[in-house]
Amino acid sequence: MDGELLSRVRTGDEEAFVMLVARYQQPMLRLACSLVSNQAVAEEAVQDTWLGVVRGIEQFEGRSSFKTWLFRILVNRARSAGAREPSEPSIDTLRAVDPTRFDAQGQWADPLDRWAEESEDRLDAATWVPILKAALDELPPRQRQVVMLRDVEGFASDEACAVLGISTGNQRILLHRGRSRLREILDAEMEKS
Amino acid sequence: MCQQAVELVTDYLEGALSRRDRRRFEAHLKACPDCAAYLEQIRMTIQLAGQIEPEDLTPEARADLTDLYRRWRSE
Repeated sequence: MDGELLSRVRTGDEEAFVMLVARYQQPMLRLACSLVSNQAVAEEAVQDTWLGVVRGIEQFEGRSSFKTWLFRILVNRARSAGAREPSEPSIDTLRAVDPTRFDAQGQWADPLDRWAEESEDRLDAATWVPILKAALDELPPRQRQVVMLRDVEGFASDEACAVLGISTGNQRILLHRGRSRLREILDAEMEKS
Repeated sequence: MCQQAVELVTDYLEGALSRRDRRRFEAHLKACPDCAAYLEQIRMTIQLAGQIEPEDLTPEARADLTDLYRRWRSE
């Protein structure tokens, strides 16, 4: 757990520091890439964050979780490094499902595909996780950030809000749009296979 | 109704619907296999996202960070 690693880091345990970094490096890089204009800037923001961590670790009081503290630093570093051009979609694409899927009464025009047979209620990860990863990259940045924190990294709602500095309601809207779009992309891929 | 229901899925999963709205939503799911299937698709999407594994650190990245740590310790 982070707590144990942190104590060891404070006493000079280099291996513990590397383990801590290994735990969070890729999620941090993913988030940073969605916040800044290019990969190099993202990597710099992550490096800066770790620098901030080693310098600030004595002062870290543990009032929030280490994870939340870490990502909050990262978001601040990344934002000051230079924001990416926002690319929010137009109003029409902000519905969860393509409106043409519904009839005039607002009911499904055609039955939905079942993604998996009853007996296997999980999708084959080896096939579908890479597809979902690619789909995640297609999301507008703010939607991607929320989905990453909540669904990929497993942050709680209040943690995600604290890290991104957004309201619960705002977070929920972004989560809704992000998940809807991912589902839509997966559905399109299902149809192909 | 279905077109509205799909917009409520996230609020439902977050526990943000009022009790009345949640009951109406659940009643609709019982009556509508397609909306029930849609909710399942959203759940599977979330599940898949949770299975994304962080890639391993490259040796270079590992070396950089070890460096960083050593420099700090020697400050």
